[in-house]
Amino acid sequence: MKTISITVNGKPAQASVEPRTNLADFVREHLHLTGTNIGCEHGVCGACTIEVDGGPARSCIAYAVACDGATVRTIEGFAADATMHALREAFSAEHALQCGYCTPGMLITARDIVLRLPDADDGRVREELAGNLCRCTGYVGIVRAIRRVLEQNKL
Amino acid sequence: MKPAKFDYEKPRHLDDAAKLLAGANGEGKIIAGGQSLGPILNLRLAQPALLIDVRGLTELSGVKEERDAIVYGATTTHAAIEDGRVPDAANGLLRKVARGIAYRAVRNRGTLGGSLAHADPAADWLNVMVLLDADIELFSARGKRSVRATALVDGPLSTVIGADEIVTSIRVPKLSPKARWSYYKFNRKPGEFAEAIAALVVDEVRGLARGIVGATAAAPSPIADARPFIGAFDPTKAAHAVTAAGFLAGSYEYQVHLVALKRAVMQLSS
Ligand SMILES: Cc1cc2nc3c(=O)[nH]c(=O)nc-3n(C[C@H](O)[C@H](O)[C@H](O)COP(=O)(O)OP(=O)(O)OC[C@H]3O[C@@H](n4cnc5c(N)ncnc54)[C@H](O)[C@@H]3O)c2cc1C
Ligand code: FES
Ligand code: FES
Repeated sequence: MKTISITVNGKPAQASVEPRTNLADFVREHLHLTGTNIGCEHGVCGACTIEVDGGPARSCIAYAVACDGATVRTIEGFAADATMHALREAFSAEHALQCGYCTPGMLITARDIVLRLPDADDGRVREELAGNLCRCTGYVGIVRAIRRVLEQNKL
Repeated sequence: MKPAKFDYEKPRHLDDAAKLLAGANGEGKIIAGGQSLGPILNLRLAQPALLIDVRGLTELSGVKEERDAIVYGATTTHAAIEDGRVPDAANGLLRKVARGIAYRAVRNRGTLGGSLAHADPAADWLNVMVLLDADIELFSARGKRSVRATALVDGPLSTVIGADEIVTSIRVPKLSPKARWSYYKFNRKPGEFAEAIAALVVDEVRGLARGIVGATAAAPSPIADARPFIGAFDPTKAAHAVTAAGFLAGSYEYQVHLVALKRAVMQLSS
């Protein structure tokens, strides 16, 4: 077991973890933050995408020990975030989710697109979304929702 | 799946990392971004006893600019290259390639050194570093050495890097400001590993015109003289290059590699 200190959603946490515990299992099972979903567990599907040190990361292939000292935000940590608020509204308006399994990871990626690529067009949004699989929506609503927020931000 | 149990160390100094690795009797593995190793561990394709995290080592981070080359620390991430947070030795080639590797969430953690050590034949950096004739600098408890990227791979997913050696940096020769390049990656979805790669570089100042056919069974296949592909597509020479890369004329692989080469030629002349 290894002791780690990690800030999750603004709160410092100390925990003793097995080195093989990935960050997704750590937030879900140690901190009971179950908003983060796990799909493929090998980096492909994007369901587990969370924010580590300010950028999106796959929490299924980042081990919690390797994130000692990091600042982590899970989907629960964005309740007061203006961009995330706008994205949630847009996802709802554009029918960008059905079952919702992909949505937490989708929103983290969407927020990164909106903040990092303010001029992204549909093509670029789709390129950037390639790492987040959705088995329900067919992506049209998701792309529209992200574009909606990008356009709002230009006003 | 969940990985088998392993121990984990995050040493502060390169010397300590090398000692830990040498002392692990082949049961130790370096971990950098974990973006290739993580999936392998989770699938239990590898079950090392000890992981040695090199992300905290200052010796492996940062970038040094020399007169003729840029030396990238092994833990430079794909995202840092994509964002231009580090200089580009190849007039924008590195930035373009970085953006096409995996997805942003993977690029934020995945590293140059990790990608080269993993040496997936379809990995982008392997192909780029062979194209640019970069050197890979290694360190172990036995000492330092350097291997040319062109001599790195000795089989599928296999390199000449010793079990006790750590990649410290990658020395990429600078292209002159007028040099031109092209890089065509064929894949079905953005961010996937390539099914075929072809790339060309022409630098008159350095007297250089070469290319590669990549995403082969092992090492990228060099095109030592790329002049027949400057401004024109020589189908006979192209067929020869793709055959030399190990593909059987008429096969699907042959066809996609030939098309990749054709598109790399078109990119270069546009
Ligand atoms: C979904 C997905 C899609 C991907 N798509 C692409 C793609 O399109 N193109 C592409 O090129 N790559 C792709 N990758 C791989 C990605 O680029 C990895 O980041 C990279 O291959 C490994 O870098 P890393 O730092 O994560 O290394 P790790 O995963 O930490 O390590 C990989 C291997 O290298 C060894 N190693 C790491 N660092 C060192 C070092 N300094 N010295 C010695 N050995 C070392 C490790 O022991 C291990 O064997 C993809 C990965 C994922 C998960
Ligand atoms: S669960 Fe992490 S990418 Fe699929
Ligand atoms: S809404 Fe069901 S997977 Fe995306």
